[in-house]
Amino acid sequence: MRVGLFVTCVADLFAPDVAEATVRVLRAAGHEVVVPPGQTCCGQPAWNSGFAAEAAQVARTTLAALAAADVDVIVAPAGSCTTMVRVFWPELFEVAGDHAAVTQATALAERFYELTELLDRFGLPPLLPVGAGREPVAYHHSCHMLRELRLEHEPERAVDAAGCERVAWSADRRCCGFGGLFSFKLPETSESMADDKLATLTESGCTEVVGADPSCLLHLRARARHEGVALRTRHVAEVLAERLVPGDGHHG
Amino acid sequence: MAEFTLSGTTLRQRTAEAADDERLRRSLAKAVGRFADGRAAVMGVLEDADGLRAAARRIRYDVLADLPTVLERFATNAIAAGVHVHWAVDAADANAYVVGVARRIGARTVVKGKSMATEETGLNHALEDAGCHVVETDLGEWIIQLADQTPSHIIAPAVHLDRFQIRDILQPVAGPDRPLGTEPEELAGFARGDRRAEFLRADLGVSGCNFAVAETGSIVLAENEGNGRLSTTAPRVHVAVMWMESIVATWDQLDLMINLLARSGTGQHLSTYTNILTGPRRADEGDGPDELHVVILDNGRSDVLGSEFHEALDCIRCGACLNVCPVYRQVGGHAYGWVYSGPIGAVLTPLLAADHPEAAELANASTLCGACMDACPVSIPLQDMLLGLRRRKAADAGAAERAGWKAWAAAWSRPLTYRATMKAMAVGRPFTGVAHLAPGLKRWGDGREPLKPAARSFTDRWKAGEV
Repeated sequence: MRVGLFVTCVADLFAPDVAEATVRVLRAAGHEVVVPPGQTCCGQPAWNSGFAAEAAQVARTTLAALAAADVDVIVAPAGSCTTMVRVFWPELFEVAGDHAAVTQATALAERFYELTELLDRFGLPPLLPVGAGREPVAYHHSCHMLRELRLEHEPERAVDAAGCERVAWSADRRCCGFGGLFSFKLPETSESMADDKLATLTESGCTEVVGADPSCLLHLRARARHEGVALRTRHVAEVLAERLVPGDGHHG
Repeated sequence: MAEFTLSGTTLRQRTAEAADDERLRRSLAKAVGRFADGRAAVMGVLEDADGLRAAARRIRYDVLADLPTVLERFATNAIAAGVHVHWAVDAADANAYVVGVARRIGARTVVKGKSMATEETGLNHALEDAGCHVVETDLGEWIIQLADQTPSHIIAPAVHLDRFQIRDILQPVAGPDRPLGTEPEELAGFARGDRRAEFLRADLGVSGCNFAVAETGSIVLAENEGNGRLSTTAPRVHVAVMWMESIVATWDQLDLMINLLARSGTGQHLSTYTNILTGPRRADEGDGPDELHVVILDNGRSDVLGSEFHEALDCIRCGACLNVCPVYRQVGGHAYGWVYSGPIGAVLTPLLAADHPEAAELANASTLCGACMDACPVSIPLQDMLLGLRRRKAADAGAAERAGWKAWAAAWSRPLTYRATMKAMAVGRPFTGVAHLAPGLKRWGDGREPLKPAARSFTDRWKAGEV
């Protein structure tokens, strides 16, 4: 398939390695990857802050870029941004009174996928065989991906296929405390929430968190570093990219 | 209105103080964990829990869509059963009515069952001002009454305290001759003995009301300690204060609602006691009050009914959303600043306390993680409502914040300027569009490794053909 990548502003600026790994994984899975020009951000920061008109103004730009792309599907390596596009864009444009955009966004949602969702549906890339020793990781179920998109087993299957052993983590479905601007507005509570995640992670005996949302991983890592907690974080795209069969799939 | 700790403090100050209290966080984690696990277990055994939740949502929708009629039917049937019904416009009206009853009957001691509605109106202080001795009979309520605190949880008022703190609060009541231990059984035993004597002296009993049933004019109280039953039957006069939305039309509807209330709240199949009261004691009955009054409390609810936030009135006060909320878990109920806490408090407070400007910021007390919506037995779209309240709040935002978002939107709606701001951020120069966020960004970095943009963005790498 021809896959259009919605990079997302967080991955573009703060986690370009995640976007790069996403491209490698998609190519290895046999897809042609294009990055539709003209895309910026999904508008979530303003939408979550109550500034719908401003969110719509930014979202309209990305909507136009993605809708115009000559691709079969669009994918984002972030559950939260995927939720914004699929679930909240139609509502956002409705609130903003832009009915043409509502129609366009609703149509786009049909062919917009979160990365592990796409891989689960259309096939994972060829991966190195899983040996005897599986890598222990704790999987963080990010909020919007779990509760809005209901994507729970899709990322788990990808992580399992990449040879990881998912350890039991009592807080695996609990918010990391980032919440976008929540962490700016109530920083003490946000830190306390991240500490709760990290403390329960320590109990599990695991020191690596894998997830499908760059922003949650960024937040947990930033807090762990500040607190001197040993923590490695990897996006599921990076986990998969490390297990690609060498020499395979570089035909993009 | 109840003690309004919102005044004079900000949400940030209250949450920061609470999040810094390790003992509080320990108590909270233990309690909400127990409630949430209990809920998951008893909902999990149901064949079609989500189907029942959908049915419950439908019931709430039907009842609220026809609320004036349903309330009228309740009042007519209650009056026919001998109940005095009072429609209270606001908290002061409700309190004045109850104080009026207390004065008329010359009540000295008033026993109370747990009631969040009277917490909302601040009834205790009104009765005390009128010279009454007010006795909370629910163990948690009594503990916080002694400590001069407000409830920190909708169904478990003293959930923020551990047993050592509770012992310290009860010890002065026991006196120096009776040193109390810290075993919950011993503390509860002491409270039971102490409270029992009060029931027998009380002239007036005050309770809340979990549900009114319109078709028979009955009120229903769910409880676990038996104090509610004593409070409503031992004194000569009983006044129940009900939120005007706490009503169902029929017993069939109650069947499901009372079941989901217990399962979602305490993780029980049914509360230990479900008290159904239809009218005062009849001539041939041995127990019950001579007079039964029901106060139907509006207090701002009519303004919510029919508004875009009407679903807030679907709430049956089970507390399930508090128990799964990661924010509540860290800060507890007092940080929300008013009687209702957790996600539903973050929605209800800005609506019911709309004339307090500090109330609006409660909409920010959430990461929008959505755990509350999955736990809610009547599927209130709490996240959507918080977003709606944020939009309402944004309309009143200051000039700097509005200008900031406008500048952000102008920059990020054009690829070229978007790229330019990205490049500026990568070299540590945040663009002016987000200047109003600069203090937040600095504070972010004080508690975390500072945000460091990559030297080269993905788009740069892509355009250079490196990917």
